[in-house]
Amino acid sequence: MSEDRDVAILEDVDPPLHYPDYRSTTVRAPKRPLVVLPERFRDLESPVFGHESIAELDNDLTRQHEGEPQGQRIVVTGRVLEEDGRPVRNALIEIWQTNAGGRYRHEGDQHPSPLDPNFTGAGRTLTDDDGRYEFVTIKPGAYPWGNHPNAWRPAHIHFSLFGRAFSGRLVTQMYFPDDPLFDQDPIFQSVRDPKARERLLAQFDLALTRPEWALGFRWDIVLRSTPFE
Amino acid sequence: MSGRTPSQTVGPFFAIAFSRERQCDVVPGGSVQIVGHVFDGDGPVHDAIVELWQQGEHGTLWGRCGTGPDGSFELVTERPPDGVADVQVFARGLLRHLVTRLYFPGVSDEVLDAVEAERRETLVAREEDGALRFDIHLQGDRETVFFAV
Repeated sequence: MSEDRDVAILEDVDPPLHYPDYRSTTVRAPKRPLVVLPERFRDLESPVFGHESIAELDNDLTRQHEGEPQGQRIVVTGRVLEEDGRPVRNALIEIWQTNAGGRYRHEGDQHPSPLDPNFTGAGRTLTDDDGRYEFVTIKPGAYPWGNHPNAWRPAHIHFSLFGRAFSGRLVTQMYFPDDPLFDQDPIFQSVRDPKARERLLAQFDLALTRPEWALGFRWDIVLRSTPFE
Repeated sequence: MSGRTPSQTVGPFFAIAFSRERQCDVVPGGSVQIVGHVFDGDGPVHDAIVELWQQGEHGTLWGRCGTGPDGSFELVTERPPDGVADVQVFARGLLRHLVTRLYFPGVSDEVLDAVEAERRETLVAREEDGALRFDIHLQGDRETVFFAV
């Protein structure tokens, strides 16, 4: 496969680095072309994150404080796979999100929506032997941001994943189906291929709901295949 | 099998999840201190996170450090056997993370040799007051060489 083709494939799924509708890409996207790293330099294995780095309630964001957070309880679950369908075992997943009112627990977030004393908005877990993960949380809120007049981010949960190797590292965002804010959101729209964009959406699944308790969403995550066996 | 999940920006608020424990020490108590700043086209980047990956005796050594208000970061490690560390940079405004390589002074390999001569120095850390300085320029005259993986 030629080096040019390699880069083109990368662009197909991932957003371009310079996407002017998302304003801050203009000063941050490198202007020089990326240099293709030969395959044998991409195979550094991911660090091993042991179970000792995960506390019992780390994957339940609704039970990290004395009281319960405001908002709609949800279960988010799915599998982490490589492109060939193999599950990624013991993958560290870290998530962060706003509270139900669209406010992050971060000093840099000045959105005038109240903090929730019972919600931090951070979680982590390791995938099991099947690549499966599960979080219990509340549905995050939409929030305004300064990108363009009356800009709003659709509700989303940030995900950070370590695959089997260096090349499988992924930071992304999970969205909810049928959000009316998709059309005006340049971050979501920066993924140019509509099929790839759809893969950022969790699916509502009645079978995953916990009756009398929480709604259920399924989201599988597919990482770049590891360049070694 | 469906395709790969696309990348999205880490955004400005990753510290909620990433800062539960200090992770700037790739090797706690290590003998090598790596200092640097991240710059974009406007100046220092105060909301980036820099990850360092390198070979260790018993598997990959890894750490990450968020930049301060002045764009600075500081990692503590040991010199890797091959004298090269992999670096991943995440920030608001980066729709996918950037990958670069940090070469210890005097080290070279076929990857470095293949880079055009006048840009090679962007990948080589330099000694400064007992530490190694590795600045990362997202843009500008001294734009760092970034790699497609």
